[in-house]
This record gives sequence, structure tokens and C-alpha cells, in this order.
Amino acid sequence: MSTPKTIFEKIWNAHVVKHSEGYPDALFIDRHFIHEVTSPQAFDGLRKRGIKVFNTSRTTATADHNVPTKDQHLPIKEALSRHQVDTLRKNCKEFGVELYDLGHPFQGIVHIIGPELGLTLPGMTIVCGDSHTSTHGAFGNIAFGIGTSEVEQVLATQCILQYKPKTMKIEINGVLGKGVVSKDIILYIISKISASGATGFFVEYAGSTIRSLTMEARMTICNMSIEMGARGGLIAPDETTFNYIKERKFAPQGAAFDLAVKNWKQLATDEGAVYDKVLKFDAADIAPMITYGTNPGMGIKITDRIPRPEELKDTSEQTSFKKSLEYMGLKPGSQLLGQPIDYVFIGSCTNARIEDLRLVANIVKGKKKAGSVEVWVIPGSKQVEEQAKKEGLDIIFNAAGFELRSPGCSACLGMNEDKVPPGKYCISTSNRNFEGRQGPKSRTFLASPLSAAVAAITGKVTDVREFVN
Amino acid sequence: MKEKFTTLKTTGVPLAMENIDTDQIIPARFLKATTREGFGENLFRDWRYDNDNQPIKSFVLNDAKYSGKILIAGKNFGCGSSREHAAWSIYDYGFRVIVSSFFADIFKNNALNNGLLPIVVSDSFLLQLLALIEEKPSTEIIVNLENQFLQVGSVRENFEINAYKKTCLMSGYDDIDYLLSLNNEIKKFDLAHS
Ligand code: SF4
Repeated sequence: MSTPKTIFEKIWNAHVVKHSEGYPDALFIDRHFIHEVTSPQAFDGLRKRGIKVFNTSRTTATADHNVPTKDQHLPIKEALSRHQVDTLRKNCKEFGVELYDLGHPFQGIVHIIGPELGLTLPGMTIVCGDSHTSTHGAFGNIAFGIGTSEVEQVLATQCILQYKPKTMKIEINGVLGKGVVSKDIILYIISKISASGATGFFVEYAGSTIRSLTMEARMTICNMSIEMGARGGLIAPDETTFNYIKERKFAPQGAAFDLAVKNWKQLATDEGAVYDKVLKFDAADIAPMITYGTNPGMGIKITDRIPRPEELKDTSEQTSFKKSLEYMGLKPGSQLLGQPIDYVFIGSCTNARIEDLRLVANIVKGKKKAGSVEVWVIPGSKQVEEQAKKEGLDIIFNAAGFELRSPGCSACLGMNEDKVPPGKYCISTSNRNFEGRQGPKSRTFLASPLSAAVAAITGKVTDVREFVN
Repeated sequence: MKEKFTTLKTTGVPLAMENIDTDQIIPARFLKATTREGFGENLFRDWRYDNDNQPIKSFVLNDAKYSGKILIAGKNFGCGSSREHAAWSIYDYGFRVIVSSFFADIFKNNALNNGLLPIVVSDSFLLQLLALIEEKPSTEIIVNLENQFLQVGSVRENFEINAYKKTCLMSGYDDIDYLLSLNNEIKKFDLAHS
């Protein structure tokens, strides 16, 4: 019998085109997603070498990072953003790459459109010049972010040179409490192991809690793998996965689908396979979470107090901890509950899928946002936007004073028009609370769509469990 | 294909400062460009030019005494962001080697991926090197990649480099050239997996 293998090893081994001692592996890439920010120099490189894109059918492009979320039919106002999107258009045309441009029914955040179009499948290797490519791992594949030189490598050769990372299993068992959703699971894990706790590892999430989640909830977890330093994160595919994929636009259809499912079922980690590290958590210990600092590891249960510097496990971090709280304008030892907020951002590749919007609509239905708060709901894709409208969620949002806009990365990063002003507090469903991430001097609290929605209504950080009763 | 890197005999530019981060190497406002060229012009932009775009005389890159293809910098060079623009700008300016006693991990990798050789030397060797050049800017430095040493006059120090990256630099190969050499194997693989 062959040695038992993890799902990660199975997929990796199946994609090694060449392995030589002392050399990194040449790994074949099944699917390559590109967007306007990290691709122009890569196309330039191809042009200079006089070569084509290796296999255009494995490459998909969209415009997301720099795009406005209002009046998308008009030319982009900001000159540099407009230039990057125009350059993407030119490059895709010249090299024959499919582009889901602004206004196209499939346009959206790159990590949202891949899964919803059935381009993201189990057993694949997937890359994109963006760190949150880990999102796709929810389908049981190896997906990770790459730099521009690597984007050029993949465009030119459909391969990438990589050294095999170590493997880590994170197991979560048990039933989640009231008001606790997948965003809380991942914020909880990162708060336990820190923003660098999985550096050098590729993570597999397992356990009964993970199994009970929908595909969209699983994507939220895999999305933030990178925020604990992991190269990527994945979840073995199961019936939930297959049901989600079935009949999606670019997924195998009919008999081809049945055959694919048969193969996908072989991917799960073998009994007895060895990981370099294993961590276990109990779902009962997870509560609605919120971050108070300027890295995603600085999270607490929403009812807890912000730690004092002397309570930190790692005392060498006291200086940066104090600097972080100063930036946030918060006091050590104080509670976040009741903290007034100015902006609510519901969006990003972490939490802008239809289920997220339904969660929010459900809780705000018949209620109104607090007067002082500005609320942005940014669907992750054109398809999510259309679906939300079909279900009448836009009417609920409108009545509540929430603004449903057009798809894009929006206030997840201050690269487009949607920015949180200096000094203002924003409760956000995105994945990074770095200094200036949502705009110069902006202050970010990361939380679940539920927690963001109730904060919009009360105007302050609120425990969703009290709100829903 | 990049230039082949075997042995380099050149003078060096001393930048005796520690913790030079990627934002100093190339300020963030120049990052929205869509090409890889021309970044050399903005290398150390805010140290090189004043607010009226006049060269700041005291900065080493504006000092005619110093020239050559080697940049010698203080400890922890290249910390900060993972963007490749920092490596592009140094290469585009004309440097082929950077010497320091410590490099930020990602920067080091980006440099190697872009034909720029980062050499880690001991703190004492670094100080010696900086002193020699400042005293006599025409001091010749030899970088021998094959035998992995750096020599100034009679002083010599060996350095480490990943075997694969060394092969790439010496043959003028980069990752893409290496992968292109596997083209037939990749094509077969692609067909078998579609
Ligand atoms: S939504 Fe945010 S994290 Fe996701 S791809 Fe866009 S900028 Fe990156």
C-alpha cells in the first residue's frame, strides 16, 4: 500500500511537471485569474520576449480593484485607475484573454466570480496576482497569491516554480452558538495563533464544524488564511461542494460532471496521513468576534475587553501594540461594545456573496440605520447584484438607508473612490485592518456581516446575540 | 534572457544607512505605473531630489565621485512591502549587485527574480567595505559568482546563494527561461489535463 497522503500532497504531486534535486518544482497551473493592478508589467514582459499567452483558455480577467462602485457606465474619473483598466482591456484584446469588463454580466471581484462561474473546481491548482486567492481553496484545490514576475511566468508557461510548503491541519468540532458565523470562526483562529501563526504552511481546515458550513461560508474562512501568514488554505470537497458546482456555467456538465465527482471524491486526505502541525479548536468557545487593532490577529470576542500591554503573551510586541491602539484612538482595557462608528462597509472577497447579503437583509428588514452612520453594501459581483435585486434585497436595504452599489473591491482598500475619511471608524466585513487600508488614517474594525449590520442600526459596536434575542 | 552574470569587476556606491525600506527605495506614488521600465529614474526619489526636482548634492547617487554597478547598504535592506518595484528600480538604475549584512526576505527573492544579486556579508566586512570606498571611491570590487566570493584588494569574503538561483544568474536565465525550456513537457501535461 502507498503511504497515506494529505489532500494537499495529492494535488501538488499531480501537478509537478518537473522535479529536480536542488531546484524548485515546476508546478502546472490549471487556472489563472488576472486583474488590472498586477498584470500590466507581466504582459509587457511577454511582449518583450515576443511570446504569447501559453493557454488563453486557462486565463480569465476581470476589473475589480480600481473600479468605481457608482456610475460604472461612465469613464473612470481617476486618471491612473482609468489607465490601468484601459491597459488591461488592451492587453486582453492583444493576447486573446477573456475579460469580464465593467458592465459585463460576469464582472466582479476576482475571487467571487471564479467560484460562481464554475471556473474554480476541486483538485485544481489556481493562482492570481492577489494574496486572497486562498479563497478558492474552499473547493478543495491549491490556490495561492503570486507576484507580478510570477504572473508573467504563468502567462508564458502555465507553470510556476515553487518549493513545497509545510502542511498544517486546523480542526474545528462542535456546534456554533447563536449569532456566530464563519467570519467569526476565522477571526477567532487568527486571534488565537496570531497574524503570523501559520507562516510557511499550507492549511487544511477540517472537523464537523467546517463540514456543516455552506460553500460561501467556507470561502470566507479560506479567504483569510493569508491573514495568519499561511500560503493558502483548503477544505476537502464533499456533497456540499459538488451540489454548489453542479450546473454552474463553466463546470463540467452531465456525464462529465458525474465522472469529475468520482475523481474529486478521491481527493480527501487519507486516514493516517501526517501533517507538519495540527491545531484543534472547539466551536462552543467561539463568539461573535471583532478586531480592535491594526492587524487581523488583534481580535477579541465582542464582549471582551481590549487587552492591556502587560497582558500580551509576547512582551516584545508592547511597543507596536501601543502604537496600534494610538492609531485606533482606543484605550487598553476598555470595552468595544458601545463604541460609536461612522461607516459600515459590507463587501469584499471575504463577505460580499449572496448569502452575506441575505444575512444582512434578514436582520435589517423593517429597521432603519442610525442617522449618523454611512452604510455601503457592495456586492461581490454583477451576478450577486442581480440576484440581490431579484430577491428584493435592494428594497430592504433602501428602506433601511443602506446603499446598494455596483460590484468591486471598494472600501476594502483605498485604491478606488470609496475611502473611509481620516480618523473615522468603520466596521467592515473585509479582511485587513492595516493602517490606512481603507483610506489614509482610517480606522477599521473587522467583523462578520451580522455584526456589521446591527452596528449600522444602533450606530455603535453591538452584540448581535442581544439584538436578535 | 538577461545578461549573464559570471564575474563582475566594478566600483561601488556606499549607502551606509540601516533599515532602508521599499518606500524609500521607490516612493508609493510611483507604483501605479503599468510598465517595468523607467523606475530607475525614481530610485530613492525623495532622497535624490528636493521639492523643486533639483538634485540634492549631498546624496551619494548625485555625487560624481561614486559610480559602478554595486550598491552597498546598511543592515535590513528592503524591508516593507512585497511589491517588486523596489527591485525593478535598482536594476533599471544600473546596479547588478547589492551588498548588505541583512536583506528582507521577500526583497531578496524579488531581486534574484529580476537579475539583481543580493550578497549577504558579515557586519565587520560591510563596515570595512564602506570605509574603503569612502576613502577611495575608485576602489575596485570583484564579485565572483561561480566561486561565491567578494573581494576588495586583499580582503575576501565568501557568500551563500541558492544553487538554482546561481545557475539562473550565471546562464542569464530567469525562471521563465527555465520554464520555457520545459515547453514540450508542459504542453503534454496541458493536453493530458484538459
Ligand atoms: S476585495 Fe479586497 S482583499 Fe479582496 S481582492 Fe479586492 S482588494 Fe483584495
